[in-house]
Amino acid sequence: MRYITDRKRAVGKGSAKTGTEHYWAMHVSAVALAFMVPTFIYVFGSALGGTRDEVLATFSRPFPAILTGLVLVVAMRHFAKGATVMIEDYAQGSLRRGLIMFAISLSWVITATGLYALARIALGN
Amino acid sequence: MADANRVDRPLSPHLTIYRIVWRPQITSFASMMHRITGNALPVAFILGVWWLLAAAIGPEAFATANWVATSWLGDLVFAFSLLAIWYHFFAGLRHLYFDAGHGLDLRTAELLGWGCVVGSVVLTALTLIII
Ligand code: HEM
Repeated sequence: MRYITDRKRAVGKGSAKTGTEHYWAMHVSAVALAFMVPTFIYVFGSALGGTRDEVLATFSRPFPAILTGLVLVVAMRHFAKGATVMIEDYAQGSLRRGLIMFAISLSWVITATGLYALARIALGN
Repeated sequence: MADANRVDRPLSPHLTIYRIVWRPQITSFASMMHRITGNALPVAFILGVWWLLAAAIGPEAFATANWVATSWLGDLVFAFSLLAIWYHFFAGLRHLYFDAGHGLDLRTAELLGWGCVVGSVVLTALTLIII
């Protein structure tokens, strides 16, 4: 056993870099999603199964378009951070870093694709 | 401060301490399901965004994507995702409640776990009826 203080043990190991930001971001996005998701389910579920013209009509209206855009951005940020925690629990080293990069990239691809589609629909193709 | 037991601390997520098959605990089950549902949801987002993009691009693209999205496979994906998102919704609210320091006695925690399971099934059925 070495007689050494906690501070001394921590010196040189690097800082944690971030504190409660991750936790806070998860909780802010969770509350936002809790408010938006029930309405979004209704909007999206009603549009699904319609003809192309009906779908275009729905998503060119301001409320469905803005709600869908918000849900996409907030849900994908929430997912990227949530998936990161899961990956950190089960994978180590390069695999861990690779999987986290994949999850973050996937979330951005989904966001960008959805926003592009919404913009194109809103601006009348 | 001793150096003893530096490495012997329990490491998250020590899944093996939970009984999963024999008399599963509702509390750990509820927690695992929250993680699984949260991480599975992008599947529905991918399908939904592809469908929306196809609608934006043109009739032929929409015909293909809409066929997949409304096929039995698409129905299956969206139906399970609906259950998943309602479950994750309730379990997420339960997390926020726990994190605010409430409901942590065993009885309440177990009740909340069952609440998530029952609530998600009921709301999934309701959604399917309304939509
Ligand atoms: C419907 C509204 C939603 C609510 C109320 C909600 C709530 C939460 C909360 C509170 C957490 C943190 C749990 C903790 O402290 O350990 C969380 C984690 C997570 N959420 Fe959500 N969420 C919602 C929607 C979504 C959506 C749409 C997605 C995916 C696209 C998602 C993916 C995740 C993931 C991957 C995690 C990490 C799970 C883990 O590793 O434990 N959530 N959610």
